[in-house]
This record gives sequence, C-alpha cells and structure tokens, in this order.
Amino acid sequence: MAVFQVVNRTTGDHFTCQEGQSVLKAMEQRDLKCVPVGCRGGGCGFCKIQVLEGHFECGKMSKRHAPPEAVEKGEVLACRIYPLTDLIIECVPLPEAAPAKQTTKNR
Amino acid sequence: MKKGVMRPGHVQIRVLDMDEAVKHYTDLLGMIETDRDDQGRVYLKAWTEVDKFSVVLVEADEPGCDFMGFKVVDEAALNQLEKDLVDYGVGVEQIPAEELKDCGRRVRFTVPSGHAFELYADKKYTGKWGVSSVNPEAWPRGLQGMKAVRFDHALFYGPELAAVYDIFVNVLGFYLAEQVLDPEGTRVAQFLTVSMKEHDVAFIHHEDKGKFHHASFFLDTWEAVLRSADLISMTDTSIDIGPTRHGLTHGQTIYFFDPSGNRNEVFCGGDYHYPDHKPITWKAEDLGKAIFYHDRVLNERFLTVLT
Repeated sequence: MAVFQVVNRTTGDHFTCQEGQSVLKAMEQRDLKCVPVGCRGGGCGFCKIQVLEGHFECGKMSKRHAPPEAVEKGEVLACRIYPLTDLIIECVPLPEAAPAKQTTKNR
Repeated sequence: MKKGVMRPGHVQIRVLDMDEAVKHYTDLLGMIETDRDDQGRVYLKAWTEVDKFSVVLVEADEPGCDFMGFKVVDEAALNQLEKDLVDYGVGVEQIPAEELKDCGRRVRFTVPSGHAFELYADKKYTGKWGVSSVNPEAWPRGLQGMKAVRFDHALFYGPELAAVYDIFVNVLGFYLAEQVLDPEGTRVAQFLTVSMKEHDVAFIHHEDKGKFHHASFFLDTWEAVLRSADLISMTDTSIDIGPTRHGLTHGQTIYFFDPSGNRNEVFCGGDYHYPDHKPITWKAEDLGKAIFYHDRVLNERFLTVLT
C-alpha cells in the first residue's frame, strides 16, 4: 500500500497518510492537532485546508464550505481528501466557525 | 400541551450521500426504514413510535436540518394554532397533505433564529414496530445497532432567542424548563418542553441563523448508552464527546456524527417537567459544567461545529 507524506506549511508538522486514508484521519492517528477537527464528515467546514502541491481524490463535501470553484483551487476539507501523491498543505483561517478564538484580550 | 401541541413528530435531515446515511441511521442507530418517495427521500422510525416516520433523510449539497415538525392533538387545534401564529405576525406556509407520504397537511413557519418548524395533526398510525398492541412483548427481536427508542428532541443554534421564546412559549404553549443566563441576564440557551420531558426542542445562541446542532434519540439505560459507545468504536464512526452526563437536564449522553457531519445524540435519563415547575437556571460562566457535568470543561467543537 502506498504511503504519502503530508506537510503542513503553516505549522511545520508533517505526517504520513496511507493510500485511501483521509488527511484528517492520518493526522489524528498521529495525535497531531495542526488542522482543526470537526465532524469528520465533510459537513461542518472546520478542517478546511489549502492544498499547495500534490494530487488527491475528494469525497463528498458540503458545497457551502467547499464550493466547486474553491475545490478547483485546492481549498478543500481535510476529512474528505485522499492523497494520490505527497501533499503540501496550509491551514485556512476559520470563518465564522470559531469567534471565541479570534477575540483578543485588552489586558 | 396547553395549546394542543403534543410532541416532536419528525425532522427532515439533509445528507450528502443517501446510501451512507441510511446505513448509519438503520444499522447503527437502529431505526427502521418505512418508505421512500419520488423525491428520493427516505422515511425512518424508531421502534416505539406509533406513527409511520419520525426522520426523513433527503440528499442535498450541504447537510443540516430542513425543518422539525410537531404533532398537535387534532385538526381544530391545528386551525387555532395557525390562526394564533398569523395573529402574532408569524408568516405561515401551507404544505399540502401527502407532500410527505402518509402525513396530513402541515403548517410551516420560520422563527427568527432562522429555523423552520411545522405543525400537523395527522400521520398514518402504524403502531409500534415489531410488537402487538394487544399483550405486547417487552421489545421486538431484530432491532439493529443502538436500538433507538424514539426521536426525542433537536437542538438548534441561532440568534434572537428572545423572539423565538415568545413564539414557542406564548403562541405554541411550550414551557421553559431550563436556561443559561449570561452575567447581564441575557438568555443564551433555552430548553423548551410541551410534555413531561425536560426538553422537546432547545436553542443556543449563535450569530449565524438556521444552524443545526443535533437530533437526539432516546435510550432506556446508561448501559445502552455505553453499548452505543462500543458500537461507535466498532464502526469507526466519528465521535464528538462522551459517554458523559449533562448538567443541563442531567441526561446521560454520547454525541457522534452521521456520515455527512450532522451531529446525533443518544441519551437516557434526565429530569422531568410539570407545568408548575419553575425554570432551572445555569450560569453562562459555569457553562462547562452545565454542558459536560463530569469534565466541567467545554470542548470547543460542541459550540462551533454545526451543519
């Protein structure tokens, strides 16, 4: 079975992903947290990433979070992509999903 | 039930892949497929439910909940509630009988949190699945997976909780069973009931309209909740959190996701409610304990991962 390297350029983390395994699942198996984990079903948009280099297959994803024009540009959900080659990815800032984390404290 | 709204009757859930979804809701949750329609929708019920269906799955481009329906006691109550909604300024839409198979006419309305609800009086009575209505055995053989007892309630995330409260309490006759108040006294969560259950529908404040947090299914025992956790591992199903206990309602629970990312809950126990009960209040600053009674810490996902 083929094994591919996934490098997260935002965090510097890298991990291996088996053929047929989703990028998010491979990351979780290695106890890494470099991509946010949500529903793991292509529905919530939490694990959105930008694929900078490499090829992959896609499972079904919510069109709200991964519209076809974004998928074309490699903006996909990590829970629903399956590498065909080594991948370089980067994190995409969460949209409305995590307002608490974007709040800055004044003191 | 003072205005004639009786109980949760159905929920229509959008899924990305119908085959995967049907397998999840039947093989894992243990619901029974009762019909399909020419739109490709699949109708399901849990075994103790007396009407033909409680969950309708529809394939769509994005997951979430299309609407939740409440059954009312009779046509007269439906007519009165429809009039009351219109008089209150809530726009209603008529959904003709048989738009959902074997369901009577439905009155649909959208509340200010962005969620659609329906009222209806008639649905085909098929009786409990697998047991007779005369000298019934304790339970039917042949149930799958978690053996869900009934569709119990749903939790929605959205804005304008006060306006939603007014419609459910003042127009539809629900009671506020539990609430979460922030330090300024603003209600940021409301658990509403028309029955003795601690909630039939619940809302938590969120800036985005129309978000679906979970559909919940009742189980008899804590043992059954633990067994569900085993099944979630056996099937490598995406888990959210649990098994644990809620502070709110005190139910014992586990959360997981269907293959399209819609959250499900199975739970047992929980408090009861009579109309003379005053609302239970949880403080927002203790939200961790209110939601997850054992950990007393929120997992970020519970507040932000929605469909």
